[in-house]
Amino acid sequence: MATVSRLVGDVEVAEDAVQEACAAAVAQWPTAGVPANPGAWLVGTARHKALDRLRRESRRPDREAAAMRERGDPGAPSPPGTIEDDQLSLIFTCCHPALDPGVRVPLTLRSVCGLTTSEIAAVFLVPEPTMAQRLVRAKRKIRQAGIPLRVPPPDTWPERLAGVLRVIYLVFTEGHRPTTGASAVRSELCDEAVRLARVLAELLPDEPEVVGLVALLLLTDARRPARLDDDGELVLLADQDRSRWDHGKIAEGAALVERSLRRRRPGPYQLQAAIAACHSTAPTAEETDWREIAVLYGELIRYEPTPVVEANRAVAVAMAEGPAPGLVILDTLGADAQLSRWPQLHVARADLLARLGRLPDAVDAYRQALSLEPPSAERAFITRRIRQLTS
Amino acid sequence: MKYLCLVYPGEDFVPRPEDAPDFAAVHRAMTEAGVYLDSGALQPSSATTTVTLRDGDTLLTDGPFAEIKEQVGGYFLLDCADLDEAVRWAATIPTIRSGGASIEIRPLVEFGGRG
Repeated sequence: MATVSRLVGDVEVAEDAVQEACAAAVAQWPTAGVPANPGAWLVGTARHKALDRLRRESRRPDREAAAMRERGDPGAPSPPGTIEDDQLSLIFTCCHPALDPGVRVPLTLRSVCGLTTSEIAAVFLVPEPTMAQRLVRAKRKIRQAGIPLRVPPPDTWPERLAGVLRVIYLVFTEGHRPTTGASAVRSELCDEAVRLARVLAELLPDEPEVVGLVALLLLTDARRPARLDDDGELVLLADQDRSRWDHGKIAEGAALVERSLRRRRPGPYQLQAAIAACHSTAPTAEETDWREIAVLYGELIRYEPTPVVEANRAVAVAMAEGPAPGLVILDTLGADAQLSRWPQLHVARADLLARLGRLPDAVDAYRQALSLEPPSAERAFITRRIRQLTS
Repeated sequence: MKYLCLVYPGEDFVPRPEDAPDFAAVHRAMTEAGVYLDSGALQPSSATTTVTLRDGDTLLTDGPFAEIKEQVGGYFLLDCADLDEAVRWAATIPTIRSGGASIEIRPLVEFGGRG
């Protein structure tokens, strides 16, 4: 898909053409036999179909321009490029800052990961025609505004790369902790995000933040097998069966974060990965190095001065020094009206209150979290905690 | 591709003679890079006349078609390879530095036959 996009210069036409080529393969290969290089066959067939369509529609001037590009402009020969390079260009295009932030994740899922529109509509819990319309509008903007299909020059990476990493991270979190729907994990989105991050890291091995993202995703994803119990309910990190964690992913992630931090160009993804490594490499919950985690969150605040990071630091401080100093930080945060609408803050407060033996206050805090309508898996967890504390 | 960069100077913008060399420098840089096609500064919107056609007769109205707070103060017409290049050049237009200023980048429809 990425290669065909580069060859014909139009994401929308390429997408249709790839679909037609796959349909042709299904129709022809069983009788005519599978070609020696199936990948090349698909790209070639899709390219022909795309160019046919562009010629048919060549009265539409921008498509004419795209067809011209294919016929070859001797002044600017396009570099050959590998399939991976093409995919990277496509990621940068889908995450372009001139596109609405809300459409970048769906567009990446559609054009880079190849999810169907109905699958993406299900992820974002919108009707399929609504999602289809959003995607069409985004692809039209790419074409009409002349958003280039290429990896931007390195001097623009500080701003452009951050957007790409953010989209990959959002694809992962949407799988790891879905904001919509009843299911608590969407494995396929986690897998896609890890794959994309790996592709990016292979192509940009000298960017420590890219390596940091791969490490963060691996270290977080490694806990997936233990995050839900048999009833599909969330299990607290401290209560998870660590033998069910994927220790291959943990070893790989921990090695990556260590290597990238040695470059002395830290950033938010590397720091989050280092925090995830503290959790994932601790043999038991009791052996977690909370002091180190509190320090890392303190560093992270310099890059992401958000209340969420501060709340996480409070929890780490509570674990390292006792619940009381942690509670002081959380109560300062809770004074903010907007932040008091965040269920996680009340869950964290409730936990510290319970550990201080202030059980009625803890139950109140859990009830407050429930009243803010957290996702369903978390709702089940909170209800269970209230039951435990009141019995 | 051709891009029309519409310059919205913001409410407090006052043109200053000492900015003229900056504009000249940008003009020169754009010309040397081969992206410059045209540019201009507009008289205030109070100088506007709106013309419509009613029953075959032209009808003139004093003032702009739509009264809006943000007014276009000028434009640059650029010929760039892609949006990224247009954004880079638009960001060099000196007016963008004044408070509340913004530049709208509108791609032009490319008609066939010019390749």
